[in-house]
Amino acid sequence: MSAPNSSFDPGEVTPLHPQQVQLAVDEALAAIAAADDLEALKRVRLEHAGDRSPLALANREIGALPPQARAEAGQRIGAARAQVRGALEAREEVLHRERDARVLVEERVDITAPWDVRPRGARHPLTTLQERIADLFIGMGYEVAEGPEVEAEWFNFDALNMPPAHPAREMTDTFFVDSPDSGVVMRTHTSPVQVRTMLTETPPIYVICPGRTFRTDELDATHTPVFSQVEGLVVDKGITMAHLKGTLDHFASAMFGEGIGTRLRPSYFPFTEPSAELDLRCFVCRGDSVGNPDRPCRTCSSEGWIEWGGCGMVNPKVLIACGIDPDQYSGFAFGMGIERTLMFRHGVEDMRDMVEGDVRFTLPFGLEV
Amino acid sequence: MRVSMSWLRDVVALPADVSAREVAERLISVGLEVESVDHVGADLVGPLVLGRVLMFVEEEHSNGKTVRWCRVDVGEHNEAGQTGERDGRGIVCGARNFAQGDMVVVALPGAVLPGGFQIAARKTYGHVSDGMICSPSELGVGDDHDGIWILPGDVGAPGADAVSLLGLRDDVLDIAVTPDRGYALSIRGVARETAAAFGFLFADLVQKPAAEDSDSWPVEVHDGLGCDRFVIRSVSGLDPTATSPLWMQQRLRLAGMRPISLAVDVTNYVMLETGQPLHAYDRTRLTGPIVVRRARSGEKVHTLDDAVRTVDADDLLITDDSGPIGIAGVMGGASTEIDANSSEIVIEAAHFDPPTIARSARRHKLPSEASRRFARGVDNAMQEAAAERAASLLVELGGAVLQAGRTVVAQPVVRADINFDPQTATRLVGVNFTDTEVVAYLEQIGCRVNPADGGWVGVTAPSWRPDLTMPADLVEEVARLHGYEHIPSTLPPAPVSSGLTHRQRLRRRVGLVLAGSGYVEVQSYPFQSPQVHDTMGVPADDQRRHALVLANPLSDEEPELRTSLLPGLFATMRRNAGRGADHLALFEIGLVYRPDPGVRHPHPPRPVVDRRPTDDELAAIAALLPRQPHRVAVVLAGERERSGWWGKGRPSAWGDAIEAARAVADLSGVSLTVVADEHAPWHPGRCAALMVGDTLVGHAGELHPEVVSGFGLPERTSAMELDLDLLTPETELLTAAPSLSTHPVAKEDLALVVDDQVPQADVAAALIRGGGDLVESVRLFDVYTGDQVGPGKRSLAFALRLRAPDHTLTPEEVASARDGALAEAGRVTGAALRS
Repeated sequence: MSAPNSSFDPGEVTPLHPQQVQLAVDEALAAIAAADDLEALKRVRLEHAGDRSPLALANREIGALPPQARAEAGQRIGAARAQVRGALEAREEVLHRERDARVLVEERVDITAPWDVRPRGARHPLTTLQERIADLFIGMGYEVAEGPEVEAEWFNFDALNMPPAHPAREMTDTFFVDSPDSGVVMRTHTSPVQVRTMLTETPPIYVICPGRTFRTDELDATHTPVFSQVEGLVVDKGITMAHLKGTLDHFASAMFGEGIGTRLRPSYFPFTEPSAELDLRCFVCRGDSVGNPDRPCRTCSSEGWIEWGGCGMVNPKVLIACGIDPDQYSGFAFGMGIERTLMFRHGVEDMRDMVEGDVRFTLPFGLEV
Repeated sequence: MRVSMSWLRDVVALPADVSAREVAERLISVGLEVESVDHVGADLVGPLVLGRVLMFVEEEHSNGKTVRWCRVDVGEHNEAGQTGERDGRGIVCGARNFAQGDMVVVALPGAVLPGGFQIAARKTYGHVSDGMICSPSELGVGDDHDGIWILPGDVGAPGADAVSLLGLRDDVLDIAVTPDRGYALSIRGVARETAAAFGFLFADLVQKPAAEDSDSWPVEVHDGLGCDRFVIRSVSGLDPTATSPLWMQQRLRLAGMRPISLAVDVTNYVMLETGQPLHAYDRTRLTGPIVVRRARSGEKVHTLDDAVRTVDADDLLITDDSGPIGIAGVMGGASTEIDANSSEIVIEAAHFDPPTIARSARRHKLPSEASRRFARGVDNAMQEAAAERAASLLVELGGAVLQAGRTVVAQPVVRADINFDPQTATRLVGVNFTDTEVVAYLEQIGCRVNPADGGWVGVTAPSWRPDLTMPADLVEEVARLHGYEHIPSTLPPAPVSSGLTHRQRLRRRVGLVLAGSGYVEVQSYPFQSPQVHDTMGVPADDQRRHALVLANPLSDEEPELRTSLLPGLFATMRRNAGRGADHLALFEIGLVYRPDPGVRHPHPPRPVVDRRPTDDELAAIAALLPRQPHRVAVVLAGERERSGWWGKGRPSAWGDAIEAARAVADLSGVSLTVVADEHAPWHPGRCAALMVGDTLVGHAGELHPEVVSGFGLPERTSAMELDLDLLTPETELLTAAPSLSTHPVAKEDLALVVDDQVPQADVAAALIRGGGDLVESVRLFDVYTGDQVGPGKRSLAFALRLRAPDHTLTPEEVASARDGALAEAGRVTGAALRS
C-alpha cells in the first residue's frame, strides 16, 4: 500500500483515473453478461468484485489522495462498484431461475410407473351391502338388532307360530345342533332376532336385523348352506299393510334407483298374517321386456319382476308369544336374502364367488357397494 | 299340484278365450303360486294317428337285437304293400309288448315328436320303416318307457287323429301350494279359487251322499284325536282286467301320476279331484275289524314299497287282527294291498290329525301325495262323498257292484265361529273397506257370516278351510280378494333412532381399518373337521377342542362348528394361494361358538306360546346356547410391502400380525400389551399373547411351521385372532384429551446391552418408569447382536424423548431423568450402557 504523501498529483494515481474506472466497469459488465451459469458467475464475482478486483484495488488508493480529492474519487469508485454489484445480482437471479427450471426438467420421472408398495384391501360386498341397508333404515328411524347364530328352537320356530311338526318346518331344512331334539339349531332365518327384540323392547319397535343364516342346502351356483338375510320389523299403533308397502317401495328405490317399486303377492308364512311374496320391479328393463320378444331381459327373464323376499303383517300369535297385545299394536315384517340382492344388483352370476373368499372377487368392491 | 286346463274348464265355466296364462295370472293375484304354465304337446306336429297292428314278423339281427317288422292299418294314410293293396304301412318297431290286433299310436313321416324328433320314412334293419309306433314317453305324456302305448280297442278308427282323441295337447298349471292352503291340492279347490278370481259363482263338485243303514266293515278308532273321521265304503265283483279310461289316464299323467290299475287310478283320481286321499284294501285280505291306534314301540309295518319299517310310538297305525296294515295317512301295508286279481275292494276315506301325519311322513321320509294333503289339512266334511265317488266310478268303469252299508266313525265337528269386526280389515290393510265389502269377500270363499252385536259378525269358516281360525286370517282373505296391488303405499311415522350401538360402530370400523391397511375380508363357513384341532396342534385339554357338533352336517367330514376363525381363514388362504395369489392378507369378522364343557340339556325347555314366557323360562332357554363372541382374525403371507422397480420389498412377518391387532385395539381406545407366549397354532418362539390389563384378548405372531405345512399355507404365514367383545366394552370409554406442552423436547439416545432373553418391552417399561414424569416416549430404534457385545447378549438402542409441561428442561433435569431411566433398566433387566 502506498503511504500518503504530500507531493501529490492525482493524475499519477492511474487506477483512480475516470477512464480506468470506466474500463474496469465495462470489463466487469461484459464478463457478467458472458457468465452462463452460476459457477462462471462466481468466478466473475471473484475477478471483478472480489478483494483483488481492479475496483477493490482502486478503492484502496483513495486513502493516498489528498483529502480534497478523496470525496470525488470515492464517489466515482463507489458508483462503479455499486453498478457492478447490481449487475451481478441481476445476473445471479436470472441464472438461478434458469437453473431451477432446468432442475425441474431434469428431475422428470415416468409418472406412469407403478407404485403399489402397500397392498390394497377390501371389505366383503355382503358386509358392505348389509351396512348400506342398515344405514338406509337407520335414516328412517330404525335401529340395528342382532342375535345369536346358534339359536334355541323356541326362538327360531315355536315363538314364530311354527310348533313342532308344523308343515312350515318342512320348508326350511334345519341344521340341528347335537341332536334333533336338543332344542338348539343353526338359525334358519333372522326372524328369531325379531322375537328377541319384541321380548326385550316395548313398542314402538323399528328394527332392521341383518345376519348370517343356515340351511342344509348343498353349495351350487344358486344355493349356499350359509347365507345372509336382512329382516325389518315394525310394531307400533296403527301400522297397516300400506305402511309395509310404502317402506318396501322406499327401500327398493333407494337400493335400485328412482322409480323402482315393489309388488306384493298373497302367500303364506307362519309368522305373518296376511302374508305376501315380495317382488321387485326389474331395474334393468323396468318391465319393458314383458311381452316384447324383441327386447328380452336376462335379469328378470322378461317377467318384469324379480322375486326379492317375503313380508306381511306380524301374526297376532307371534305378538302374543312376545307379550305384545295385538288389540293395541300391529306390525309388519319383511325379509330378503343379501346374496340374492347382491347377485342381481351387481350381476354376480355364481353364488360360489361370494362364499369362496377369492380376493379377485372381493377387491373390486373396495370399501363400499 | 299340476292342474290341466282341460280338467279345470270342465268344472269352471271359463270363457273359451281366456288363456291358461291369464288364469295363471289371476290365480297368482289371489295367492296361488303358479310356478309355470306347461304347454304339453305344444311341440307335437302331426300326422299322429291311431293304428291297428295287422301283423308282424320278428327278426333277429346280427347286432343281437330283435325287431318286429309290422304291417299297421292307419286308415286313410294306408299305402300299397306287397300284395298291391292299400292295406297299411310297413313299420319297424323295437318294442315287443304289443300283439296282433292292438290299437297303437303311429307317428307318420312328417310328424315331429317332443324334443324336435322328426319322423321320416327311413331304411333300417333291411326295411323301409314308414313311420313309428310310439310309447307314452315319446309322445311327451308321462315317463313310461316300458314299451308301446297300447290303446283300448274301441278308442277310435285307424287313421283318426290321435292328438285330439287322446288329449295329447293341453296346458298345465304347476301350482306350488303353501302349507296353509291344503284345499288347493285338489281340482275342487283350484276351481273354487279360479271362480273367485274371475268373480264367477262356483258350483261344488261333490255332494254328501244319503246315509246308509248299516256299516260296511267294522272299524274301531282308539285315538279320536289322531283320527276324527274314518269312513268305509265297499264294492265287489270288480273286473280285475278292466282298465281306466284314456281320459282318466291322461288326467293322471298330466297331474304327474302314473296310471296303474283301475282301482288304484280311481283312488288317485278322486284324490286329485276332491283333495281327499283314499286307500283301497283287498277285502279278502282283511282279517277282523280295522283298528286305528297309536303304534306300540318296536312294532313293524311292511309297507307298500316293500320295506319293513319300525314305527315310533307317535305314529298312527291302521291295524286289523293280523297286526299293522298301514301307517295312517302316509302309506298302506303290503299285506292288504290290492293287486291284479283283486275284485273285492274296501275304500277308506279318513281324516287325520295334520301334525301327526306330518311327523310320521318326516320320520319315515315318506312324503307321499296322501301325507302332503293330510299334513296340510283335508276338508273334514269330504270323507263320505269321496268314498262314494270312488265306489261309483268302480261300478261305472269296472263292472263292480256297490255293497250296501257305510261305516262312519266320526267325532263331532266342533268349529267355533270367529268373532270379527269387519273394520279390522281396514285397520290392518290400510284400505277403507265397508262392512258390506268385507262380508261379500268372506262369503265368496265359502264363509257363513252372521251379524252380531256392535257391528261385529260371527264367521263360520268352510270345512275345507281349517286354516281360518282368527280375525287376521279373515283379513288376509279380504286383502287378497280385493287385490294386494290396490293397497296404497305410505311410510309409517318416523320414530327417533339412536343409530348404531357402540359395539356395532366399532365392528364396522375394524373392517374399515383392516381393509384400509391392505387386508381383504372373507366370510368362511363355520363348519370344520374334528381333525382340525390336531392340524392346529391344539393340546388335548384345550377348550378349543370342545366344539358343538351338528346332528345333520352337510358333510360327514365337517360336523363341528368353529371355535376359532383361523381354520376357515387358513382354508381360504390356501384356496387363494392355489389360484396363484402370491401376496395375501385376509381378515374375517364373525362369531365363534364356545359351549361350556359338560353342560347337557336332555329336556330343552319349550314354553307355551299363548303368552309371554316367564323370565325363568327365558333364562332356561338362554342356558341352552353356547357363548358366541365376535372375533376378528387376520392371516397374511408373501410380501407385506411389494418389491418393484423401486427395489426390494418387505416380506410379511409376525410383527404385521401384531400391528393388525394393535390397529384394531386402537379403535376401541385400549392399548394392547404384548407378552411372549407358546400357544398353538403359533410358532413357539414367535407368538404373542395380547393382553388388555390382565385380560387375555387374543394371540398373534408367525404360525408354527407344522401348522403351515399341515394346512398347505405359504411359508412363514402369520396370523392373529382377537376377541372383539372382550376388547370393546358395551358402553363407550371416553378418551381423555391430552394436554400439549409447547416447550422444547430433549432427545436422548441410549444403547443398552442386555441378555438376549430379555424382552425389549421390559427394558422399555423400566426406562419409562425410571425416567419419571418427564419421559414423553421411549422407542426401540435398533437392535445389534455380534462381536462387539459378545455372545448371549443384545444391544438395544432406544430413543428417549423428554419434555416438561411448563418449562424448558435444564441440562441437569435431562441428565437426572436419563440416569433414573438407566438405573431402573439396570436394576430390573440387568441392562448396562453399551461402552
